[in-house]
Amino acid sequence: MKILVCISKTPDTTSKIAFKDNNTKFEENGVQWIINPYDEWYALVRAIELKEKDASITIHLITVGGADAEPIMRKALALGGDEAIRINTAGDDSFYIAAQIADVAKQGGYSLILTGKETIDYNSASVGGIVAGLLDVPFVSLATKFDLSGSTATITREIDGGEETAEVQLPVVVSCAKGVAEQRIPNMRGIMGARSKPLKVVEPAAIEPLTHINSYGLPPAKAGVKLVAADNVAELVRLLHEEAKAI
Amino acid sequence: MLAVNTRAKERTCTANPFYNNYITHAGWLAPPGIKHTTMPVLILIDHAEGQIKKASFEVLSYGAAVANLLGTTAEGLLLGTVHDDLPALGKYGITKVNQVSNEALNTVDALVYAKAIAEAVTITGANVLVLSHNQTGKAVAAVTAAKLTAGLVSGAVDLPDTSNGFVVKKAVFSGKAYANVAITSSIKIISLNPNSYKIVVGEGVAEVKPLAIAPAAPGITVTHVNRVKGEVPLTEAEIVVSGGRGLKGPENWGMVEDLAKVLHAATACSRPVADTGWRPHHEHVGQTGVQVAPNVYIAIGISGAIQHLAGVNRSKHIVVINKDPEAPFFKAADYGIVGDAFEVVPKLTEEIKKLKNG
Repeated sequence: MKILVCISKTPDTTSKIAFKDNNTKFEENGVQWIINPYDEWYALVRAIELKEKDASITIHLITVGGADAEPIMRKALALGGDEAIRINTAGDDSFYIAAQIADVAKQGGYSLILTGKETIDYNSASVGGIVAGLLDVPFVSLATKFDLSGSTATITREIDGGEETAEVQLPVVVSCAKGVAEQRIPNMRGIMGARSKPLKVVEPAAIEPLTHINSYGLPPAKAGVKLVAADNVAELVRLLHEEAKAI
Repeated sequence: MLAVNTRAKERTCTANPFYNNYITHAGWLAPPGIKHTTMPVLILIDHAEGQIKKASFEVLSYGAAVANLLGTTAEGLLLGTVHDDLPALGKYGITKVNQVSNEALNTVDALVYAKAIAEAVTITGANVLVLSHNQTGKAVAAVTAAKLTAGLVSGAVDLPDTSNGFVVKKAVFSGKAYANVAITSSIKIISLNPNSYKIVVGEGVAEVKPLAIAPAAPGITVTHVNRVKGEVPLTEAEIVVSGGRGLKGPENWGMVEDLAKVLHAATACSRPVADTGWRPHHEHVGQTGVQVAPNVYIAIGISGAIQHLAGVNRSKHIVVINKDPEAPFFKAADYGIVGDAFEVVPKLTEEIKKLKNG
């Protein structure tokens, strides 16, 4: 069985967020790049856990990005993927990215495609769903538990105000959230092994993006905290009621 | 002059240049004699257990405002059956509720939903689809975008700017920034972050129109549903009261719940609290947990690590109660009390009771 794990390169959580060129581009200077945490901790690690139980599973990793995405793909291989694919283009439109992945995936015969629940840069939570729609296979979002038995997946997912468990016949695309896997770090054997694992570069398909980021902005800076004395709680209630008009 | 090129005239909506874009992109030709007068904004009405969710009233209000901007009408789309009074939904600004009243659609199978929504978009002639970016929206919006080859902005936080194209503002970098995203496709999809738009209630009665759409065979069989009863769902709550390690143990959550109760708020917690099992995981807000954007977020005994802030920094007003004046959370807060939560929180509950009774 083949599993495809979608990987995105994102700035580290603690990176300073700034923009350049008249606020039209993200300032990459000084940014530390990482595997999108949800892709790594949840999607990739769950795929590895499944492979540890069933050695016949093959894990392919895929990303859409330039050569600068290769270090994080090597790290992902060190964690445990068998082979990586980089689609040699870049973009910020979810449809464009997803259509590139779907184009490669449809020839790959994957039973399972895993993504993180969203990326920590664009927060769109869209690529997995679009891939599923384009491949016309079921999509399960925000999985917190995932188990396989033959060709049936049992998945628990977040719904508004709770969770539900469902059974799905493979193939399926699943976006993974907290709970689906245990976090782990690459070991030295994995890091050494990753060097010789294949990292294929494929050229992009001709696909038109459907959205375009015109500009970025930062939220207005907070005016600073208004501190109220601990023995004057009534004043906090007054501020929330009269000033913030929030209660 | 109209007679010179009737078809061209019919295809051109002078009130709204955006329609002309639609025509240009899609190359759509009205059959002679039939005038496509409305390309409504279509809004998904999300529901569970026979009840329309609050997030739906928000997107109805938002969708009606989008329609107003575009000089067209807003219509709802209900997949499945509910107990609510559907014509009354007109008060949120929609003229019609298109309903596929098939009970198979009372559970959300993203692919089945997406196909039904795509068909409804085609039948109604809609060129803008609006959904909530709640858990249902996160399941459905993207699959629908694939089915319609539609540009999607998910997590929108404001009305589109239609002065030059169709540009939607959305939150990015986990709430640390926003992006203005132009949708260039003929059909456009917006999923709206919960608590981003004020629910507007006016007058009006909506016409309920059955849609003859047969749902596709489901690929997902739901075997178990566990919905927390009697609590305000965290993602829909206008006020969230959240506790951290500073509360010392699960036995001390009574005062958090009391405060939440007087405020009709949802309760939440920080990651260490969920990880040690003091509180259930679905209450964990932060980067790895649930992201919330309520009107008021009250953090009690939470230091405010960057990963926690990533889940709450879109909240309109942040109140921090912490005995450590150096807690980083105070830097992100609007109001704060440096003090012992065990003394401050019960007093706060009492003062709010006084306000509500006064």
